[in-house]
Amino acid sequence: MALLELKHVVAGYGGAPILNGVNMAIDQSDIGVIVGPNGAGKSTTLKAIFGLLKVTGGTVEFLGESIANSLPDKLVPKGLSFVPQEKNVFTSMTVEENLEMGAFTRRDDFSETMQWVYEMFPVLAEKRRQPTGELSGGQRQMVAMGRALMSKPKLLMLDEPSAGLSPRYVIEIFETIVRVNQEGVGVLMVEQNARQALAFASKGFVLAQGQNRFTGTGAELIADPEVAKSFLGG
Amino acid sequence: MTELVFFINQVVISGAVLGCIYALGAVGITLIFGILRFAHFAHSELMTSGAFFAFMLAALFASWGIVTPIPLGFVVLPLAMVMSAIFALGIDKGFYAPLRKRGAKPVILLIASIGVTLMVQGLIRLFFGAGSYSFFENETKDIFRIDLAFLGSTRPLVITEPQLLMIIVTVVSVLALHFFLTRSRLGKAMRAMADNPDLAQVSGINTALVVRVTWIVAGALACMAGTMLALDVTLKPDLAFNIIIPIFAAAIVGGLGQAYGAIAGGLLIGFAESLAVFNWTMVLRPLNAVLPEFAQLPATLSLVPTEYKLTVAFVILVVVLLVRPTGIFKGASS
Ligand SMILES: Nc1ncnc2c1ncn2[C@@H]1O[C@H](COP(=O)(O)OP(=O)(O)OP(=O)(O)O)[C@@H](O)[C@H]1O
Ligand SMILES: [Mg+2]
Repeated sequence: MALLELKHVVAGYGGAPILNGVNMAIDQSDIGVIVGPNGAGKSTTLKAIFGLLKVTGGTVEFLGESIANSLPDKLVPKGLSFVPQEKNVFTSMTVEENLEMGAFTRRDDFSETMQWVYEMFPVLAEKRRQPTGELSGGQRQMVAMGRALMSKPKLLMLDEPSAGLSPRYVIEIFETIVRVNQEGVGVLMVEQNARQALAFASKGFVLAQGQNRFTGTGAELIADPEVAKSFLGG
Repeated sequence: MTELVFFINQVVISGAVLGCIYALGAVGITLIFGILRFAHFAHSELMTSGAFFAFMLAALFASWGIVTPIPLGFVVLPLAMVMSAIFALGIDKGFYAPLRKRGAKPVILLIASIGVTLMVQGLIRLFFGAGSYSFFENETKDIFRIDLAFLGSTRPLVITEPQLLMIIVTVVSVLALHFFLTRSRLGKAMRAMADNPDLAQVSGINTALVVRVTWIVAGALACMAGTMLALDVTLKPDLAFNIIIPIFAAAIVGGLGQAYGAIAGGLLIGFAESLAVFNWTMVLRPLNAVLPEFAQLPATLSLVPTEYKLTVAFVILVVVLLVRPTGIFKGASS
């Protein structure tokens, strides 16, 4: 049984469906990377999984249990976390308060998890009392990831975590994602830096017009001449 | 010295009292705006109905022969605040929540709140008539006169017991609110939701619970403001409706959604109104002795005649919005 399994998912924003049968399976040991052209439905897929828009067909299962159309306050305690692409930090709150909000659904002592997050992102420990709005783009992305990790998720979903970052930060964020995965958190992410991300992906999905075009390991997709030509810029 | 004491009595004390009431009302408006994104016009009615709850409780206590060292209005305040919080929750559940569920725009909620204003005022008039009531029908309003003769003042410093208690109660409440917003899990969740509602939802924050907590806090503080206003002046059905403009101005001047901004805005407008209507002749009268006949000071010399006091809030509002469109404490724009 996969950690997360999507079968023929159909979903949209109320009008015509955007997703027309998306299939995906992710294990807790996986890093899954979704690539595809603009408007393909990559973000929509993550939002549909996270209950932010209506799933009208197919099944979404997490740990073998249907979670289609469950809301985040039910999904987060089950072990699912999501970092949206934009506006993914509470800018008026301090770094530490952002992390605390990630642990809102937990009623146990989360100080150990916070320690874990600070070890992963040492720069955040230094800035724990600073308003997040004063941080650089790369540091904000770390706060956003840290916030999502505070619920101790089994699966972390990230929408374009490297968007708008300088090449140095892109590498740093990708390294952190690999490390988070090594510590036992499954990852499902959308990436525009497709080639770079597929290089460390154990599962790759090429999405176009709301459907899977190609599915394989990251290496397989990079090696596939058709994928390379149509979706990875040659 | 006598003139300075007069100035303190007229401007500082009355400004502080007015400022406290505006601040407590404006905090509720700003919290509701931050969480639910609409201007809660009916906030004045939460204040007035809160004062009537306190009045009924005080009358009940008095009828049981309970006598307290401080005015009964203050003793029953915590109970009245609980009643007001429940009332505020009920209004939300009955009128605003169904509209939100259908995705109503903020302007629709604003208009609904105007409807709630008329309805609550109508209900109060139905039960209590249009007359005014005093909390001090059976109690005496203690007035402290602090003799400052040793400083060379022929006037004492005058402050009534309700005024003194009001300032103390406001300071304590503001501190409590500060600790709630910065230390407690729910208080922080409230700030998170005001900052970024979508991310609050994504984080798994129970947004429905945060909405309820917001009404509880706003309703309780409105009751406190209304009751204290009624203790300072008199209780009538349009008690707080008459001051809803300066209260909204305070919330906007402070930056909508900013709790500390609303408190600062409330105090600013409270002091400004007292200062604007202050009669300078009372202080400057000694000058008449040296001034020539034709330049004698008029009997009243104030920036704004008392009956135009309401314009003060507007002027401050316009000036602040021109200089800093987001309010003093950078709140939500527009
Ligand atoms: N909130 C929304 N309401 C209605 N339609 C939307 C909404 N968000 C996205 N869409 C539409 O859904 C389609 C897929 O959008 P989506 O954001 O999933 O694309 P994407 O693959 O993430 O693209 P990008 O690379 O630009 O992020 C697009 O045609 C878009 O116009
Ligand atoms: Mg996208």
